Amino acid sequence: MVGLVVVSHSERAAEGIAEVAAEMGGDTRIEPVGGDGRGGIGTVPDDIEAALAAADDGDGVVVLVDLGSAVMNAEVAIEMGDTEAVVADAPVLEGAVNAAVAATSPSATLDSVREQAEAAREIDKL
Amino acid sequence: MSADGDAAVAAVERIAERIERERDHLTELDSAIGDADHGGNMARGWASAAETVRELDDPDPATVAKTTGRTLMSKVGGASGPLFGGSLVFASAELEGGLTPESAVGFAETYLAKVQDRGDASVGDGTMVDALVPLVHTFKKSIEVDDVPPVVALAKAVDAAERGAAFTVPIRAKRGRASYLGWRSVGHQDPGATSTLFILEALLETARDRLDVSVAPDLDATSPTVPDEGAAEE
Repeated sequence: MVGLVVVSHSERAAEGIAEVAAEMGGDTRIEPVGGDGRGGIGTVPDDIEAALAAADDGDGVVVLVDLGSAVMNAEVAIEMGDTEAVVADAPVLEGAVNAAVAATSPSATLDSVREQAEAAREIDKL
Repeated sequence: MSADGDAAVAAVERIAERIERERDHLTELDSAIGDADHGGNMARGWASAAETVRELDDPDPATVAKTTGRTLMSKVGGASGPLFGGSLVFASAELEGGLTPESAVGFAETYLAKVQDRGDASVGDGTMVDALVPLVHTFKKSIEVDDVPPVVALAKAVDAAERGAAFTVPIRAKRGRASYLGWRSVGHQDPGATSTLFILEALLETARDRLDVSVAPDLDATSPTVPDEGAAEE
């Protein structure tokens, strides 16, 4: 099935978002990744690449990202790695929850999961 | 080690030295319009890159460029990691057939295209693209149209980059962290454009050392308006 990677500048934020999404995601593989590797805020392409490989079981990976350089580093990691993966243009938490649910569908594809993640942009809260 | 591979390692070492010397200067620029980490991040990344390429066994220029890029990606952080490092990794493929004037043009063009694509920035946005576009265009024209020796082409390109970096001072940043400041970014030189210029100046110094210096032009003769090289306060 399609896997998910949650990329945040904060490792703890990535883990927390993955935790929330996993509540809804059944068997979906969700790999959180974040932090600058030195205990600080940031993202590292090599770490994201490793998370992509860990989340992939052959059907590809949808990547949820927070801000700025997380987007760039996710793109770099996808280019460097061997995993088929796409970045969803979506809010990171809501997108992760949507994607986790979408990935459990028997007919889920990389595109359908990404589309569901991106549908989270339309969520009204009030 | 091949002469070109040796020169490529020397270039990375020289860039690392220059960035280290400019660490405070870059941080100062970044503290005006960013988060004051550009000097430290770049110095750490380039020092690590110099260390890594020194250990390579008989490297060619493509391997040196790729290794440098990968090191920058993991050590620099922020947007500069993917922009400087990721673009270098991507462009290094252009050098796989060896370092020639033509492959150098291909390398420069690919690097620029990647930075523009990744950063979604155009000329006039107050970013490193403002230094890179005139740099790459001048280099390409000098090689392909004017048919001047490579080191002359590089010198002209560095002149163009210097004007490009200066151009980021009066304009309002539209991309990158400085854009959050709106009009308050006016009057500040972009740190990324500035470090790009320093990198190219160090590259030019290496080229002058390694190539026939008699063909290297007097920079002032081609651009009387440009201040002395290395005039940045140290």
